[in-house]
Amino acid sequence: MGLAEKGLIFIDKITTHAGFKNEWIVLREDDTSPDYGILPYERKIEEHIRNGVINLDKPPGPTSHEVVAWIKKMFGLERAGHGGTLEP
Amino acid sequence: MTGVLPVALANATKVIGNVIHTVKEYVMVVQLHGDVGDKELVEALENFKGTIYQKPPLRSSVKRTIRKRTIYELEILEHNERYVLLRVLCEAGTYMRKLAHDLGLLLGVGAHMRELRRTRTGPYREDETLVRMQEVSEALYLWRNEGDERYLRKVVLPVETAIVHIPKIMIRDTAVDAIAHGANLAVPGIVRLTKDVQPGKLVAILTLKGELVALGQALKSAEEIARMKKGIVVKTKRVYMKTGVYPPVWRKNK
Repeated sequence: MGLAEKGLIFIDKITTHAGFKNEWIVLREDDTSPDYGILPYERKIEEHIRNGVINLDKPPGPTSHEVVAWIKKMFGLERAGHGGTLEP
Repeated sequence: MTGVLPVALANATKVIGNVIHTVKEYVMVVQLHGDVGDKELVEALENFKGTIYQKPPLRSSVKRTIRKRTIYELEILEHNERYVLLRVLCEAGTYMRKLAHDLGLLLGVGAHMRELRRTRTGPYREDETLVRMQEVSEALYLWRNEGDERYLRKVVLPVETAIVHIPKIMIRDTAVDAIAHGANLAVPGIVRLTKDVQPGKLVAILTLKGELVALGQALKSAEEIARMKKGIVVKTKRVYMKTGVYPPVWRKNK
């Protein structure tokens, strides 16, 4: 299987999994070089983390902000953020 | 409150804001302050389906002016004496505490929100990807102390999961670095695009491998773009990919 096909399958798979759908219009055929870039699920673990999102089950008690601060510290990252507050 | 809280790590922070204004689903326990029959409850809830008007509660982080919100789905999961378990699918920015309070007013007995759990925020749901803090901590431990990264790969999802709900354009390798430098996207760089690309709307620009390059604002619809031979069709708004990942092959001034 070509890299471009794998890339398309990956995008379609994560889209369908989230309950959405991609209806593609193809303008031209083209493949992608293995020499640069990488399939998103094949990033080295350090890169995977730096380009990652955790679907976190927020515990009761702390604020969303506090939870993000903990995650940031656990991973030793300089930056983390959340997608919409869920207050205690 | 518990439930779905997508947390972006490092670079992913750049685009996580795009899930804030997406559809939300909650499961909520409402405590009624008086006795209400099943039929009466069902009838009262009908009034909250569709467009509703809400004034943000006293303890809220936004300006307290009445705003319009849409409730897409509202379902009674259980009604046990004075407790009602509801599932609510709604627009971003709908206050569940207020909904519970207003339901009480309409029923004439009063009510308040007792418990709340978010089960969905746009592309993220209560499914096998949802993990607790403990699981995050264990996965990190296994990676750091035993060199096993398999669990961490299950706990951390690729950033591309945060853009699945928006229209997409996949581009040729030769167009990637220009976009990473902030250039706008022209038709010849496009390999395929989704039918929901609309002028003025947000689009995700991806490589053929599926990597997020940038977010942009479409200038034309998918149908229009499909008929065009050349021209700028997406204004690049937020660059995600670093420069130099793909080779710079656009015309240089010599």
